Amino acid sequence: MTEDLPRLKEPYSTRGQQREADMLGVYLFLASEIMLFGGLFAVIFVAHYLHPEEFIAASKKMHVAIGAANTMILLTSSALVAIAVKAARAGQTRPVSLCLALAAVLGAAFLGLKAYEYWSEYQEGLLPLPGARTDFTSPGEHLFMNIYLIATSLHALHLTIGIVVLSLFAWLIHSRRVKLPAGATATETAATYWHLVDIIWIFLFPVLYLAR
Amino acid sequence: MTENPPSYLDAGHTIRSWLLTTDHKRIAVLYLISVTFFFLVGGAAAGLVRADLLTPEGDLLTNEGYNRAFTLHGVIMVWFFLIPSIPNVFGNFLIPLMIGARDLAFPRLNLLSWYIYMLGGLFTLIVLLVGGVDTGWTFYTPLSSMFSNGHVVLVAAAVFIVGFSSILTGLNFIVTIHKLRAPGMGWGRMPLFVWSHYATSIILVLATPVLSITLVLIAAERLFGLGIFDPSLGGDPLLFQHLFWFYSHPAVYIMVLPALGVISELVAAAARKPVFGYSFVAGSSIAIAIIGFFVWGHHMFVSGQSMYASAVFSFLSLAVAVPSGIKVYNWTATLYKGNILLDPPFLFAMSFIGLFVVGGLTGLALAMLSIDVHVHDTYFVVAHFHYIMVGGTISAYFGALHFWWPKMFGRMYPLTWGRITAATIFFGFNLTFFPQFILGFLGMPRRYHVYAPEFQTLHVLSSAGSTLLGFAYLLPFVYLGYSLVASKRASANPWGATGLEWTVPSPPPKHNFVEIPTVTGRPYDYPVDKEDSR
Ligand code: HEM
Ligand SMILES: [Cu+2]
Repeated sequence: MTEDLPRLKEPYSTRGQQREADMLGVYLFLASEIMLFGGLFAVIFVAHYLHPEEFIAASKKMHVAIGAANTMILLTSSALVAIAVKAARAGQTRPVSLCLALAAVLGAAFLGLKAYEYWSEYQEGLLPLPGARTDFTSPGEHLFMNIYLIATSLHALHLTIGIVVLSLFAWLIHSRRVKLPAGATATETAATYWHLVDIIWIFLFPVLYLAR
Repeated sequence: MTENPPSYLDAGHTIRSWLLTTDHKRIAVLYLISVTFFFLVGGAAAGLVRADLLTPEGDLLTNEGYNRAFTLHGVIMVWFFLIPSIPNVFGNFLIPLMIGARDLAFPRLNLLSWYIYMLGGLFTLIVLLVGGVDTGWTFYTPLSSMFSNGHVVLVAAAVFIVGFSSILTGLNFIVTIHKLRAPGMGWGRMPLFVWSHYATSIILVLATPVLSITLVLIAAERLFGLGIFDPSLGGDPLLFQHLFWFYSHPAVYIMVLPALGVISELVAAAARKPVFGYSFVAGSSIAIAIIGFFVWGHHMFVSGQSMYASAVFSFLSLAVAVPSGIKVYNWTATLYKGNILLDPPFLFAMSFIGLFVVGGLTGLALAMLSIDVHVHDTYFVVAHFHYIMVGGTISAYFGALHFWWPKMFGRMYPLTWGRITAATIFFGFNLTFFPQFILGFLGMPRRYHVYAPEFQTLHVLSSAGSTLLGFAYLLPFVYLGYSLVASKRASANPWGATGLEWTVPSPPPKHNFVEIPTVTGRPYDYPVDKEDSR
């Protein structure tokens, strides 16, 4: 049975204690991530409150279809990751690495669509990159696009980290460098991070795309 | 007597064994060295500021140079000394020992935090070399986002990086305190030092990310013209102040809560009595941490925020005084009829209590809307926060250093020198900062280096005091350094104090405890027999 659990590391006396500590650590890290994006959401709400009409007008120019497609993609990937955790606990190597790899691919698809969306917005003069040609109808719209750009690119950065982590785990588990179910806690940590990145998008999507 | 395992200091002598260590005690020593270094750099900047203020014309520095000097002073002192000092040095060293654990929950993460701290520090030094910044440590927009010609983005990066180190340390402490307490150590048996670090860590984990995002926004605003704080683009400069103080008010409790924890330990050990009202002292740390999140608006009374917001923030600020007051009353009650030892740690604790009370009461005055409008952005505010941060936190830091030094390095230092230092710091401190209350009340604004000639006497007094203070801060280098090579060895428990850290040899072995202890009694079960090696 001891094969099932990760190697006991230095300060711990039981593996159960070690597992609980690992999970608590992840949850605290996620709490700090939530506070990070919380600051950003506060900014969005204040700006929205200051310029209600302009924000609604700007939000109408968003590519809702792409946003919605991306939401579906992330939800699916989250489901896959959840399955992976279940399978990891049961010690099934193949389904776990498969699900994680698929989720990473979906994450990459999200980024691809996002890049396409940025490109279209750039063409339409909506993307406030330095040096880009833009024609905003109002300062409020400009502000909205600024916030949109910073919020979605910060999210994309988190997603990229998530993709790297998921791919790494998929490979480690596939090549049996991490053995299951001993590595289940580690898989769960990565999965929890992915869920967080997903949840942040679930909040960003309505606030930015559906604010009409 | 059985043979003790070699101490953590003897567990390896190569540079490598220090730079790649995961032992919380060695990491604490690494922090001790680096934090001391930044204290000296920040102190040098302060000396420059005080020297410039000797004359009303401010002939030593240019306007620009003066702005850069006080900004670097503030940035370095706040983020590279006050916030990391007690948690990262003493929290790191003591929390595992105090709760009967072999190490922190994530030893490698702990080492990583130190490297991140050093990286942030490196950025700061680069900024120093390339010319500095002129925004003040508060980075108010639109100065920082549009007009400043200093290296705002680099400094923001430095503070952003060091923030990561804070978050990781806080996370490590919380998990350690939850999961690694020795059998029998319930929450009601935890030393008050650990309680205060628990409260501090909650703030570290939840408030620091808000600072991080604010810094990201400032940098983006400067680099890409983001416009979130720029009214001409529809942004709102007040929003910056809200975000900044949402972190920075709790940050003052990051600085002072660990100090409060230190003082509880010192007072109990000096009085050789149980702490009066243990659970109130423990609970008040948590109360301070929670209320501290809701008072940021008292920095913005004159910013143009709504009058109702100001009234609410004023009321909530007054509420913080209650848990702070509880602590002071309970220390006093603990000392009452105590069998007091006039040792250096006790003198530092007394100095802390005196200065903390002055700082706290003037904080109450500032929390009153009407008074704040009069003294806002004057030297009154400068004096207030220096009483709390420098008087309070640094007294506690030195108290901790003098109390736990024998434990950390296994050597006793000459007590008389410790007593002289404590007294000189107290005197020098008051001479430096008391005149500033008067200056502020008379209308001397902060952050100006050219001032009306009638303020000169008070400024000269203050500069004289700071010279004495600086000298007193340097004294411990001499006798503590000397103790390392030439003093007699300290026993396991030279002060006759309670707590698991005093049950292990001085200095402790690499793995802290040969066998994890089981706790059976309440904390502060005084009196304890002391082994006389002082
Ligand atoms: C306990 C530790 C404390 C620390 C470390 C601390 C630190 C500070 C600092 C750094 C500032 C300067 C802000 C600036 O740069 O403008 C400040 C200002 C202020 N503090 Fe404190 N403080 C503490 C306690 C308190 C308490 C207990 C209160 C009130 C109950 C208080 C009320 C204020 C107010 C109202 C200001 C704003 C003054 C102004 O900008 O006009 N502080 N404090
Ligand atoms: Cu405050």
